[in-house]
Amino acid sequence: MARTTSPPDPTTAGAGGSATGRDDPGTPLARRADAAGLGRARAGGFVLPGLVLIVLFLVVPALWTIYLGVTNYRLTGLAAADPQVVGLDNYTAALGDERFRSSLWLTLQFVLGSAVIGQAGLGFAIAWSLRDRHGPVRRVVEALVLLAWILPSSVVAFLWIALLDRDAGTLNALLGTPGMAWLLDHPMLSVILFNTWRGTAFSMMLYGAALQNVPPSHLETARLAGASTWQQLRDVVFPRIRGHVLTNLLLISLWTFNDFTPFLITAGGPEQRSEILPVYVFKIALSGGELGFGAAISFLMLLINLVIALVYLRTLGQRREARR
Amino acid sequence: MTAGPRTTAGPATSADPVPTAGPGAALGWRGAVVQIGRYTFVSVVLGFFALPLLWLATAPFDRTPTITTSLPEFTLDNFRALLDNPYALRSLWNSILLSGGTAVLVVTFAALAAYALSRVRVPGRDALLYGLLLLSSIVTGTATMVPLYELAFRLNLIDSRLGVILILSGGLLPAAIFILKDFMDSTPTSYEESARVFGASPVQIVWQIVLPMVRPGLATVAVWAVANVWGNFLVPFLLLRNPEKAPAAVIMYTLYTEGGQANLALLSTFSLLYSLPVVLMFVFVSSRYGFRFHGGIKR
Repeated sequence: MARTTSPPDPTTAGAGGSATGRDDPGTPLARRADAAGLGRARAGGFVLPGLVLIVLFLVVPALWTIYLGVTNYRLTGLAAADPQVVGLDNYTAALGDERFRSSLWLTLQFVLGSAVIGQAGLGFAIAWSLRDRHGPVRRVVEALVLLAWILPSSVVAFLWIALLDRDAGTLNALLGTPGMAWLLDHPMLSVILFNTWRGTAFSMMLYGAALQNVPPSHLETARLAGASTWQQLRDVVFPRIRGHVLTNLLLISLWTFNDFTPFLITAGGPEQRSEILPVYVFKIALSGGELGFGAAISFLMLLINLVIALVYLRTLGQRREARR
Repeated sequence: MTAGPRTTAGPATSADPVPTAGPGAALGWRGAVVQIGRYTFVSVVLGFFALPLLWLATAPFDRTPTITTSLPEFTLDNFRALLDNPYALRSLWNSILLSGGTAVLVVTFAALAAYALSRVRVPGRDALLYGLLLLSSIVTGTATMVPLYELAFRLNLIDSRLGVILILSGGLLPAAIFILKDFMDSTPTSYEESARVFGASPVQIVWQIVLPMVRPGLATVAVWAVANVWGNFLVPFLLLRNPEKAPAAVIMYTLYTEGGQANLALLSTFSLLYSLPVVLMFVFVSSRYGFRFHGGIKR
């Protein structure tokens, strides 16, 4: 919940989701248009203030990233006063930079490990094992998983630092491994586990809703026919929730890819071994002052976001077509 | 449905006369294993999700708070640390200012825009809405921190709470407009029409008739905006220099990263106090509107 452009909160996602495909031109909406006699000019006035903010703080930054990315702009020094256009130098420099490539690889590990495998896998497993439970156990599990999701990121970051602390961490006390420095020896694993813990709630709720689309009688028939759990999942459940799985994977990949919270735990360290792209950009551009180079990396991130989002919208559109 | 050889092992073999090795018995044995596996899994999940949270529940009330989670020797003295630190309570107030300001701005601008887009047919309206939504999911704070910082610098918004509010509002508005337009679309226009017949001006109609009807939608968007800003770390961390203006998210971070021995009495009580509002808001929303996905969405 702590992102600038955040996961749609489930209460609102319901509204947003049902909005799609409702207002085809020519349906009742066209008839009851402009009941208050607003008129186009005043309607424009109503839209304007919001539009100004959106253009100023979403559109302009996106375009500015492209421009800054081809300059040698710096926070201080000569290039700050008089930045030069350097063409694609930043991009070629990035591709040749060991630190950038390692950051890209860590980001891939982070997205695959904590979102695709961790959040989606664990979220589905929880939803599946609680699907026909309605007692206190279910409520407690859901409450804890949701709590991990809604608490502020700087609080949960410290909770994990305390949990994994070398000398007095609760985990070492429990496992009987005193002195085990999780954040120093296994920074990426720690961050992946943290983000799995942090974000599973969304997948759990989405799959919980999706599983309600699977008729219990079909599962019952499959079970009576002797199908194993795996066969039930593969042949009965999965074909019915395929769309949800795709939606889920794309959204959590997008959010995880743009997640800055690992900075609050490891700050990219030690020795850049948990420096995912958002942390890398922050360190290069805002701590290091290389704004031009950082903007080039940012633009690459925007492109990756665009690809994920376009695939997402495409699949939504295809499914709407399929339903017609 | 279950294609495969196993489908044959159903009713046909249940008539099998051999009593001990009947499929019923086999199913029961397998069922038991599945049940045990399921309970084990649920227990592990409970442990995994509860473990990091335990500290937040115990340490604030412990006479000698440590990093390790332990049964507290109960006291409320730790909360005094909040008063002793010059930034703690002030930062919570800053968080209220930032999230309240953003919520007001987002709800107002989004309601106006959503109403106009819902009632007046502007060419290319749907494309505009989808374009904005797409834009807001791509242009995240993390991906555009460099130009955002630059922009704030040029607009003289560095170290300005208004700057943080404006930037966060820009990011939240597309989704808010989308949500509210959906609410507006589903309200009947007959009231507006009759009000118009009786000579009400458009602004009166919007203020006195439309807004009360979409109040649940406005509340939803407001809560959603507050929750977003309350937890946001990156934008205030980038833009606010003066610690007196920093919200709780940033002060929390400085409390545990700044050198020296961390003051655990302060850290634990501050974490709890800072977390409480989102938890309460969440409980309120879920008890009032039901906080879960409904079967039909996301399809």
